[in-house]
Amino acid sequence: MTALRRILAVLRKEIWQLRRDRLTFGMVVMIPLIQLLLFGFAINTNLRHIPAVLVDHSQSGLSRALVQMVEATQVVTFTERTVDVDEAERLIAGAKVRAAFIIPEDLYQRAVTSPATGFATPPSTDDVTARPVAQWIVDGSDTVVAGAIRSLRAMPLAELFRKPANRSVPTFEVAFYYNPEQRTVVNIVPGLVGIILTMTMIMFTSAAIVRETERGNTEMLITTPIRPIELMVGKIIPYMVIGFIQVGIILGLGKLVFNVPMQGTLADLFVVTLLFILASLSLGLVISTVAKSQLQAMQMTVFFLLPSILLSGFMFPYEGMPVAAQRIADVLPATHFMVAIRGVVLRDAGLAELSGHLWFLAGFAILGLIVAALRFRKRLD
Amino acid sequence: MSGLAVEASGLTRAFGEKRAVDALDLAVPAGTIFGFLGPNGCGKTTTMRLLTGLLRPSAGAARVLGHALPAEAEALKREIGYMTQTFSLYRDLTVAENLRFTADIHGMNAARRRRRIDDVLARFDLEDLTRQMAGSMSGGQRQRLALAAAVLHEPGLLFLDEPTSAVDPETRRDFWETLFDLSAAGVTIIVSTHFMDEAERCQQIAILDQGRKRADGAPDALMAGLPAQVVQVEGGDLRAAKRAMQGRPSVISVAQIGTRLRVLVDRSENDPVALVREAVTAGAEAHVVRPNLEDVFVVATRHAPGEDAAA
Ligand SMILES: Nc1ncnc2c1ncn2[C@@H]1O[C@H](COP(=O)(O)OP(=O)(O)OP(=O)(O)O)[C@@H](O)[C@H]1O
Ligand SMILES: [Mg+2]
Repeated sequence: MTALRRILAVLRKEIWQLRRDRLTFGMVVMIPLIQLLLFGFAINTNLRHIPAVLVDHSQSGLSRALVQMVEATQVVTFTERTVDVDEAERLIAGAKVRAAFIIPEDLYQRAVTSPATGFATPPSTDDVTARPVAQWIVDGSDTVVAGAIRSLRAMPLAELFRKPANRSVPTFEVAFYYNPEQRTVVNIVPGLVGIILTMTMIMFTSAAIVRETERGNTEMLITTPIRPIELMVGKIIPYMVIGFIQVGIILGLGKLVFNVPMQGTLADLFVVTLLFILASLSLGLVISTVAKSQLQAMQMTVFFLLPSILLSGFMFPYEGMPVAAQRIADVLPATHFMVAIRGVVLRDAGLAELSGHLWFLAGFAILGLIVAALRFRKRLD
Repeated sequence: MSGLAVEASGLTRAFGEKRAVDALDLAVPAGTIFGFLGPNGCGKTTTMRLLTGLLRPSAGAARVLGHALPAEAEALKREIGYMTQTFSLYRDLTVAENLRFTADIHGMNAARRRRRIDDVLARFDLEDLTRQMAGSMSGGQRQRLALAAAVLHEPGLLFLDEPTSAVDPETRRDFWETLFDLSAAGVTIIVSTHFMDEAERCQQIAILDQGRKRADGAPDALMAGLPAQVVQVEGGDLRAAKRAMQGRPSVISVAQIGTRLRVLVDRSENDPVALVREAVTAGAEAHVVRPNLEDVFVVATRHAPGEDAAA
């Protein structure tokens, strides 16, 4: 009973202080809002309209038709034209364009013997007469750009001679579940919940205890009968509510602006986010008991934030990472949350299917809370 | 319990090489106002922190309100009030909010909380300030709030660390009136100060210097038992007189106070006035006066080189 009263006292105090801290209060809303719009519109892994330079040595009707076909794929846009290959390379080096498309003089001869146009009988591999019809020079330093242009390598050219496109049956049929239109934003928005919660939740609580010390309140607090665990619990509850407000903003706007579906139930969503919020908050509290100043707390927050962005599966698929990186990712709450929230939001996964990740988050939260409470000594030495 | 609120023996606290509190023996009778008097850095705050269980002693033992420290620190915290040297309530909360928080932290129920908050607001003259932010209050107002919060849960033992360092003499007098009221109600008060007049109001004092206790007892007894005689010099060239007397073996200290010189002469000297007269220039007058607490302080701390009288 008195324990509850003390928890409520801390909680109420945090709310009073938060209410007066307009900037922090504003950030609670602005961070998810701005970041969602930024990331939602900005991050796109389906690259389109890569700027390229056209070097057309053929200057024929055929070359113009070829250029039109290439542009029709929307992968590249020819923003520059030149007849000089050196000039084209300089443009790439100067980052004016990312690729150069070089059409040789003998385009016609190459085209008619190319298997891509469908004239020639299927060539054997040592058929010397069949040569590529044209060449791409690509700035290969960015692998995403390179990959997009590589996808043009085996482009069919049957239409070049007004022949009907080869309607051959594909070897495999591929069905894209959960994101049939292959929009990046569908995957980004639920992931962003994890990133923003990691950032704000850890940041808020990592300062929670050091701030009391920096402002001299600790000496008073530790001379009262309050127990460390009561202090910790009272401090994280207000931020839990803030976390849910942020989740609401991100997923709500995600649905409104980016039409990201919400497949799972709200109850599942609540459980998953609650566990993650608790895990992040307790990590913040642990940081707060380690840090000696708010600046140190901030540095430690960033220490956890960067891997949470880069290794959690938010930016790059977990499966593609080397094993060592996966092991690091495994201990980050964000990694488990990414799987769980995408599961609930995009795939209507049930809690049972996600239980492994949820247990991890719950365990992390409890462990963090205990460590923070143990580390917080009611003494000055 | 032996009628002693605080007992300590050999209480020591070192920070690295430095002993902030060094082999302190204390016996504070319940119900008294007990003062620690000493200059900056003498270990007053460290002593308070040791006696409130916030620091663990490096050596020695203490028993406060019957609780052995540091083992029973948590039980002790329920029974004491502690007003820290630097303001430690929340500057971004109002007076009312700070008191409400303090009451809740001490687990008071709603009825008791309201009664106690109304009581301290009235007693410490804070009624008109309830909605003011603690950070925007004047030093004196803030000290009243800090004391109000420290006594809110009606502790039997109160630690006040330099409670009046930032207030004017008038406010200080009012503040001490409230302390006497509390004392009359049976509260034991342990207060630290570097003001002589404040120390004189205590029933018992301990003079601390460089972590060591140099003297203790009732202020009157300390003044009466001073192992020195005080000669006051008026007129003449005071600075020349001071130079002439300093360094003489039986002269403990010479201090200029306004237009007078205050000379402390060892008690072994039979005729201190004659000794002083030898040194002063023509036109100066010298006679023996009653010792005050500052003289006690100067004598008690004279072995510490490089330290001037406090205040
Ligand atoms: N946490 C600490 N670490 C290292 N040294 C400390 C620590 N706390 C106090 N000291 C040292 O111990 C000595 C006594 O400090 P203390 O704060 O007890 O003095 P004080 O009598 O309260 O002084 P003041 O009148 O200035 O408040 C000082 O020399 C101080 O530098
Ligand atoms: Mg001090």
